[in-house]
Amino acid sequence: MNHASFTRRDVLKAGGALVVSFMMPGPVDTALGQTPTTIGSRPPLTPDELDSWVAVLPDGSVTAFFGKMDMGQGVDTAIGQIVADELDVAFDRVQVVMGDTAFTCNQGGASGSTGIQNGGVTLRYAAAEARRLLVERAAQRLAVPVEKLTVQDGVVSVIGDARRTASYGELIGGGHFHHKLDWNQKYGNPLLAKGQAAPKKPSDYTIVGKSIPQKIVTEKVYGTLRYVTDVKVDGMLHARIIRPPAAGCGPVAVDESSIAGIPGVRIVREKELVAVVAEHEWDAVRAATTLKVTWAPPRMPFPTMEKLYDHIREAKAIGRQVPIERGDAAAALKAASRVVEADYEWPFQSHASMGPACAVADVRADQATVWTGSQKPHYGRDGVAKLLGLPRERVRAIWVPGPGSYGRNDAGDAAMDAALLSRRVGQPVRVQYMRNDSTGWDPKGPAGVYRGRAGLDAQGNVVAYEFFGKGFTRQDVATNESDPKDTLAGQLTGFAPKPTLIFQVPAEAYDFPNKRCGWECIAPLLDRASPLRTGHLRDPLGPETHFASESFIDEVAHAAGADPVAFRLKYVRDPRHAAVIKAAAERARWSPRPSPNPRGGQGNLMVGRGFSYTERNGTIVAAVAEVEVDRRSGRVWAKKFTVAHDCGLIINPKGLELTIEGNVVMAVSRTLFEEVAFDHDQVLSVDWTSYPILEIQDAPEQIDIVLINRPEKAATGAGEPATRTVPAAIANAIFDATGVRIRRVPITPARVRAALARV
Amino acid sequence: MTERIRLVVDGKPTLLDADPALPLLYALRSELGLNNPKFGCGLAQCGACTVHVDGQPTRSCVMPVGAVRGKTITTIAGLGTPDQPHPLQAAYIAEQVPQCGYCLSGWMMTAAALLRDRPRPTDAQIREALAGLKCRCGTHMAILRAVKRAATS
Ligand code: FES
Ligand code: FES
Repeated sequence: MNHASFTRRDVLKAGGALVVSFMMPGPVDTALGQTPTTIGSRPPLTPDELDSWVAVLPDGSVTAFFGKMDMGQGVDTAIGQIVADELDVAFDRVQVVMGDTAFTCNQGGASGSTGIQNGGVTLRYAAAEARRLLVERAAQRLAVPVEKLTVQDGVVSVIGDARRTASYGELIGGGHFHHKLDWNQKYGNPLLAKGQAAPKKPSDYTIVGKSIPQKIVTEKVYGTLRYVTDVKVDGMLHARIIRPPAAGCGPVAVDESSIAGIPGVRIVREKELVAVVAEHEWDAVRAATTLKVTWAPPRMPFPTMEKLYDHIREAKAIGRQVPIERGDAAAALKAASRVVEADYEWPFQSHASMGPACAVADVRADQATVWTGSQKPHYGRDGVAKLLGLPRERVRAIWVPGPGSYGRNDAGDAAMDAALLSRRVGQPVRVQYMRNDSTGWDPKGPAGVYRGRAGLDAQGNVVAYEFFGKGFTRQDVATNESDPKDTLAGQLTGFAPKPTLIFQVPAEAYDFPNKRCGWECIAPLLDRASPLRTGHLRDPLGPETHFASESFIDEVAHAAGADPVAFRLKYVRDPRHAAVIKAAAERARWSPRPSPNPRGGQGNLMVGRGFSYTERNGTIVAAVAEVEVDRRSGRVWAKKFTVAHDCGLIINPKGLELTIEGNVVMAVSRTLFEEVAFDHDQVLSVDWTSYPILEIQDAPEQIDIVLINRPEKAATGAGEPATRTVPAAIANAIFDATGVRIRRVPITPARVRAALARV
Repeated sequence: MTERIRLVVDGKPTLLDADPALPLLYALRSELGLNNPKFGCGLAQCGACTVHVDGQPTRSCVMPVGAVRGKTITTIAGLGTPDQPHPLQAAYIAEQVPQCGYCLSGWMMTAAALLRDRPRPTDAQIREALAGLKCRCGTHMAILRAVKRAATS
């Protein structure tokens, strides 16, 4: 890549024309070959400018500037559909630019499945407003009132006189709107900006609702897409970070002579951070494994794995909330004729992204550019600015597709490492983690324990329901890297971590008369850079909490002698929720009976079915799992899923189905295989052998998906919701098959064998 | 010690001066500037670095470049082109398989060899051939559909 540093003027080519003047540092071309092209002075990149969201190029094609991100599920395709539909241009005439802080406003990046739910709203308003202004311009030019105009494929024409036309390209091509939007003054997920135009009615959509394929898929399949790992910058050096063998121990001495045999390697030590930097990548890799570092003595900050759940139960709660409190659950439990009670446990889990994180930073005296695979490049920019002491405007973050991302993984840490090292060596630096840095040191999904208690009356009705979770907060590090304290580089160089205490209660619509749901957080195990620090992992605390809560509902149904679906429907009165439950049951040909399966337990292979239903931020999912349990080996095969999914208006059905499949498969993996192993002072899960995930022989035979489209309801998220539905569906199916209840994840063959041996 | 090593990479005869102990992955990426294959683990555990060496799927992260002298290396970029797609590439696009796509080299290069040797594999044979590969995004269902589609195309 041609790297040219500049400050004021950035000449960009595309669509045959120029330009822009930006105050931004950075390379001439942008990460994705995204080259917004407009002529003349562009208004400042603020959310209240229409030009910050939509541009019409000289050839009449449209560029949409999206401040959220796609992580492979096709959110940008959906955004393109929304913009194309509002503007009445063909889908392939819309280019979506995302992830470059020079061209997009901070809409929060990829975050909580809100790409369409939140991010799409402003894009829709902006596109509608742009159309309104363009039609007004056409009305002037063609000297007819706007009511007499219609738009098709970016050409405005007079109704009844199709020869009188003005194309978007003619009306504004390459120019700016210079038009203000009504902005709520917020950044990130809550950002909302609107114009005066009312967006289309859902019944008028022609592009929204279509299964348009993702363009970028083709580049991936032909191997032409450039990932963040492929970014090359002139003068770039390769770095590897040396993490301590024992958690919380800083370097005492570094023996430079130990790598004397590898020429051209420089050791960088800044406070507790140790790294090697070399011209050739392989030299950096070799130096990192060869370098002898003496570390401070181990601190033994962790309990042993066997003691983890005892530790959580016994530890003092430092944060507590009871977000759901209806009636008097305690009194009703006392008065109940029967009480059902159960405890569940979920381990630490790793993002274990497909590739270890990578980032490139080019830090100069008064500006910096960072290429990152982070879900949240805007926040990454803010964090780098803070770390370097530069004004935010002097730092540009450019997102380049990363090696997989499902939340706050190691990408943000790599970006900060790269910035720190580039400043130190005075050259662009590329940091790529090794597998053990990535699995071993990424922020983890938190371990926790969960307890359900339910009171039944003499007729088996639920009169009281209580659910409490207790564990590590889901945010030892924040959801993004906007503050160095939330990154390893920051924590190793003097920015003390400061966890936010936040946990989770079940999200469902069970209308129990007395209901109480709450949580408690305990202190982190280590008050400094920790390989067991927690952070957001796909649907943070969703699978954990709902594994417990939906397993527990099944246990209560069992105690009441009820069919699990009928039992749920008895208490779910919200019709939209009930419809999803019914849709899954119907598609799976669910025949009512209580669990366990009277015909499940014979022979070596036991079969069963399980139900689960959850909500997440407006999206409702119900799932039926059908499993086979091998009595001898203990292997569970989650053979078939039937998933009903209601996320309001559907933008792209095929994309949605594929997204749901990914959620289901990853959740099967987390339920059956995944657990971070550790001992007193280190994480032992450092690669794919010590942190196994699902492989293809364990992928289901079928995932049958029922999409429930509700065009009249705003679109909600799909990137995570199905994840939380899956674990309990599997556990409930295992119970159905075997009559044995497994309350600890992962449900490994050894645990299944042990549980079967106890009956 | 640097030595001159001859390879054919994606159809192009290529000369390279490298330590024969250098893993092929680094030879292809760092020395020759290719963007495929990918680094996933460096431990032969994931498949992201898979290339064909004389047609055999090989994990380039643990293969010394000195051991493949004179051999023909194919990456996913050498499998086919938009004008002349490999049936798997066409099937992958039709099925919209990749999410992040970082795992593709492993799945596609392994499946390409499978389909060459066994043009009509059963579901069980496909799963067996693709064992050991990782896809963290969980695109396995689409992978199975695509391999079956390519097999019948
Ligand atoms: S990178 Fe070679 S197998 Fe993972
Ligand atoms: S598509 Fe992301 S790892 Fe396979």
